[in-house]
Amino acid sequence: MEKRKEIFPFGIPGHNLSEIEREIPNDEPPAWPVNDQLKEVGKRVNRIDARAKVTGEAKYTSDMKLSGMLYAKFLRSNIPHGSITSIDTSEAEKVPGVHGIHIITKNKEDGMVGNEYPEIKYVGQPIAGVAAESLSIAKDAVAMIKIEYDPKSFVIDLEEAMLPDAPLVFKEPIQRQEDGGDVGVVHDGSKGQGNLRGPTTSSFYGGPRGDLEKGFAEADVMVENTYRTQVHTHMPLETHGVVIDWKPEEMLVYASTQNTAGVRNELANYFELPKSQVRVICDFMGGGFGAKHSAGSFGPMAAILSKKTKRPVWLMIDRKEEHLAEGNRPSSIQTLKIGAKRDGTLTAIQQKSHGTAGVALGAGVGRIAQILYDCPNFKTEQYDVLTHAGPGAAWRAPGNVQGAFGVEQAIDELAEKLKMDPLALRDKIDKSEVRKVERSRGAELFGWSNRKPAGSASGIIKKGMGVAQSCWPRFVTLNSSIEVRILNDGSVEVRGSVQDIGTGTKTILAQVVAEELGLKTTDITVRIGDTLFPDGPGSGGSVVTQSITPPARNAAYEAKMKLFNQIATKWETEASKLEAVDGFIIHKDDRSKKIPFKEALRGMRTSQISVTASRSNDYGGFQQPWGLAYGDLGSVQFAEVSVNTNTGFVKVDRVVAAHSCGRPLNMSQLESQVNGGVIQGISYALYENRVMDKGTGHFMNANVDQYKVPYSMEIPEIEVIIVEEYGALSSTDAYGIGEPANIATAVAIANAVYNAIGVRIYEIPITPASILKALNKIYE
Amino acid sequence: MNKFSWYEAKSVEDAVKQVNNTVSEELYLPSGKAAIFKSGGIDVLDLVKEGLIQPKTIVNVRNIPGLNKISFDDNGLRIGANVTLAEIEGNEAVKTRYAALHEAVAHAATPQLRNMSTIAGNLAQRTRCWYFRSSDHPCFRKGGDKCFAKHSETGQNENHAILENDRCVSVYASSVATALLAYQGSVMITNGKMESRQVPLSEFFVAPDQDVSRENILEPNDLITEISVPAPDMNTKSYYSKQVQRASYDWSMADVAIVAQMNGDTCEKITITLGAAAPIPIRAYEAEKIVLNKKINEERATRAAKVAMENAKPLSKNSYKLPLFESIIKQGLLEIA
Ligand SMILES: Cc1cc2nc3c(=O)[nH]c(=O)nc-3n(C[C@H](O)[C@H](O)[C@H](O)COP(=O)(O)OP(=O)(O)OC[C@H]3O[C@@H](n4cnc5c(N)ncnc54)[C@H](O)[C@@H]3O)c2cc1C
Repeated sequence: MEKRKEIFPFGIPGHNLSEIEREIPNDEPPAWPVNDQLKEVGKRVNRIDARAKVTGEAKYTSDMKLSGMLYAKFLRSNIPHGSITSIDTSEAEKVPGVHGIHIITKNKEDGMVGNEYPEIKYVGQPIAGVAAESLSIAKDAVAMIKIEYDPKSFVIDLEEAMLPDAPLVFKEPIQRQEDGGDVGVVHDGSKGQGNLRGPTTSSFYGGPRGDLEKGFAEADVMVENTYRTQVHTHMPLETHGVVIDWKPEEMLVYASTQNTAGVRNELANYFELPKSQVRVICDFMGGGFGAKHSAGSFGPMAAILSKKTKRPVWLMIDRKEEHLAEGNRPSSIQTLKIGAKRDGTLTAIQQKSHGTAGVALGAGVGRIAQILYDCPNFKTEQYDVLTHAGPGAAWRAPGNVQGAFGVEQAIDELAEKLKMDPLALRDKIDKSEVRKVERSRGAELFGWSNRKPAGSASGIIKKGMGVAQSCWPRFVTLNSSIEVRILNDGSVEVRGSVQDIGTGTKTILAQVVAEELGLKTTDITVRIGDTLFPDGPGSGGSVVTQSITPPARNAAYEAKMKLFNQIATKWETEASKLEAVDGFIIHKDDRSKKIPFKEALRGMRTSQISVTASRSNDYGGFQQPWGLAYGDLGSVQFAEVSVNTNTGFVKVDRVVAAHSCGRPLNMSQLESQVNGGVIQGISYALYENRVMDKGTGHFMNANVDQYKVPYSMEIPEIEVIIVEEYGALSSTDAYGIGEPANIATAVAIANAVYNAIGVRIYEIPITPASILKALNKIYE
Repeated sequence: MNKFSWYEAKSVEDAVKQVNNTVSEELYLPSGKAAIFKSGGIDVLDLVKEGLIQPKTIVNVRNIPGLNKISFDDNGLRIGANVTLAEIEGNEAVKTRYAALHEAVAHAATPQLRNMSTIAGNLAQRTRCWYFRSSDHPCFRKGGDKCFAKHSETGQNENHAILENDRCVSVYASSVATALLAYQGSVMITNGKMESRQVPLSEFFVAPDQDVSRENILEPNDLITEISVPAPDMNTKSYYSKQVQRASYDWSMADVAIVAQMNGDTCEKITITLGAAAPIPIRAYEAEKIVLNKKINEERATRAAKVAMENAKPLSKNSYKLPLFESIIKQGLLEIA
């Protein structure tokens, strides 16, 4: 491919904006200027599906009603560990309205030894499914299945699971990595003993660095502490589930998923079908937060029941099942030791962590300790501890959220020991230019200068301020394609398998294509979330925006050039002389020569122009050897809290969240993402907690009452700062923000609580009980 | 979903004739033939959905004429059994004369739930102990042989009782009851023979050591028709505070109601009641004695609060409740002083 040179905006407006020349392939569109000079991109454009959502017209998976559809329900284990000795479905089969029952048996790859049913390893493990004419019939039938267990001893507590005589969760090494887990960290299930697996000592950023001993020897000041985080379930409004119609010619799947193409591949693989005969659709999605990448056990179950009954099968799980079995953010116990010189220079970081993702792996604490700050000597050891509890899954910035809770408190403690302002210390040790801007703009808006020394507030209700930072890699999925069609009435359609999980992907695709074609966002029809169309990325790792908007722009650009070529021939000029603006195609040299976009295709030989484009390499290439895009998706968040020192009641009063994501595409949607991330962070810091009974292995608060999430009064004033940052890396230069939004909040709150009461709390959730304990008010 | 039939009671007489069991008895020893009362239906349907009761008939008392009035005169406040928490919250007399009750009602559940919750249903709802609410945990209250929450190593008992917790360590769900008990309210009950009796709230609640299968005295066929609360006099002061983890809505971790008659700064009569401290709402008699006929000052308030917790036996995860109760008892006493 021939290349040309282009000048791109580069840097941060208002700080260091400049230009950069890049050599780019000839089929890449010309450089966009900064957002100020664009019409659709970067603006507060309303979601194109807002109306459908607020009026209830939007159809989610659970709303699907196909003709002849049956409803399915799982039978789940109510013991944490044991084997099934018998299952009797004869009574359930007789229930009028029951059409099919399927019992899960061991997979071929599990090796058919002993018992034919998989061993039960947690309360809520799926055992069988029933399809019936109504959900209540299915539930009744499930209750009539007789099941006998041979119960075995179990362990659900992380620390107890590490004891030498703890009941074993897996006797054999496990290679299996549940979907997601801690992104980018290799969890080797073959190492370790007992319930311990690991340690993981490296990530895609490499392994240990330097010499720890030397580093600590050079330190003037040391901080060493243990930080604990809880198991946190995902709680999407829409639970996991599918509606599957397995017809002779294809398996049609409606799925509440973050990855339509992935679910198609998984089901095709599982049932040995050609991918061309599995179609997965996700038009609207009610939240996933990382737990909805796979077909789970509900996908195969619904498919098998559909095949058995020759009817479409609806299988959405309920709230309790969601809590028990469909993912959680693993817990962690992390020990951090950080050494620094008097001036703040870090000399060594040592991290050791244990976490449990239940019966799955992926309980690492990410890469914050490894890369957030400059430090020559670094070592981490991250262990997975298996327990008899539901499997963990990726959860909005997996690993990094837990990791940040330790690192960013340790840095706060270090600043105090060094008698430095926490922001000043970070100015010294953080090399990121964009976080520097975020710190200064954030501090100004937040009023950081009003912060008082820790514990110095008077009165019963004490106010405190805290800050924390985060980083998140810029992952790019190169296998991301999208199709843009221009029809001969001038209407434009964007098609892809990429799904909009509520983040606003549909809208940004419309904006990018509209900008390129000189149209309005509302002129573009977006049909995505359907594997009938070109494969797009899964919505995980915050990859979507950077992976799919460049090919969307490129496809629109190529389609436009094809259109220009046809018009140019008619106008006896060259395509390069034409431009598309404000709904017209105009001759640049003679602006009176123009034609409405809508009419441009009339009378053409073929009634449509269709172009599919795929993600090209970043301009200037990727960071080697990691393969990540240059730059980072970091943030700086500030929190202000009030703590009642008599009752332990904590309230978050205010959060200022300063973020960057390259070229911002849609301010309203970005703010909405950050609001959501902050709210989940507050929830993680103060409320959510899986409570397990150690005597029975049951999850006691698997509901939405006693598993506490924030409601309106818990949500503070949230102010979002989006720092524009141009890197000249792709045709849109835009990135996602979903995960970064969730990383720093909980630890910013913990730091603010410390600032309020002068005592540090090393464990979340921070509750009235933990505040009273920290203040030494509890006596026995 | 288990199927049940629905009976729309037309009068008190009709209602008491139709039922044959209480929710508690059916739950403890299922008959499979139970006809039970339902007013707002919040708790009844929760228990049905949790698989803890399978009533044959639900007798809806929500629309019985005459049970939805609230009135106030020299004799006090009368609240019909079907008056909702939202209606109590909005009542002028309650707002101006029964500040602690108003506070308690306004902080119970959520606005949506308060629109549905009746006062009788609220008083007769079952505990929210998560072991009690789980059909997989056969505890004392369900005819089982243990209290899962009490276990010092395995029990998850952060929300549970710190007082009178020898057997079952659940706490009473109704926080409104804490305030009504402080006002020395009583419950008017009509039985199956259409006889009415008035029961003071102090005799309405049943502690586990008396009978673990129930939380109140209601017998099958007993219908609450009214709650009455004596008229406060001009010198009555009251206080209520409910402590929670989450402000929007949450079950009480500790709630305290105080109703006192003050003569200047001397306390001539006082009731201090504690919710979420014991399996039933209780009075802190010893604490009351510290301030009775005395001036309430910082020192006495502190001591009364300490004394209220003197017999507390915290479980493995709820010792935080002691300082919590102490701080709000003390604050309450100082506020009314
Ligand atoms: C999420 C949640 C949070 C809550 N938070 C609080 C709180 O903080 N504080 C608080 O006090 N409450 C709280 N509640 C309780 C709620 O406000 C209701 O009062 C309660 O659930 C039942 O009221 P109901 O009218 O729906 O009763 P129902 O469910 O209809 O009945 C409850 C019981 O009372 C019996 N009953 C009903 N009417 C009569 C009658 N007239 N005579 C005899 N027996 C009768 C029924 O048989 C049943 O046993 C909460 C409830 C929920 C679900």
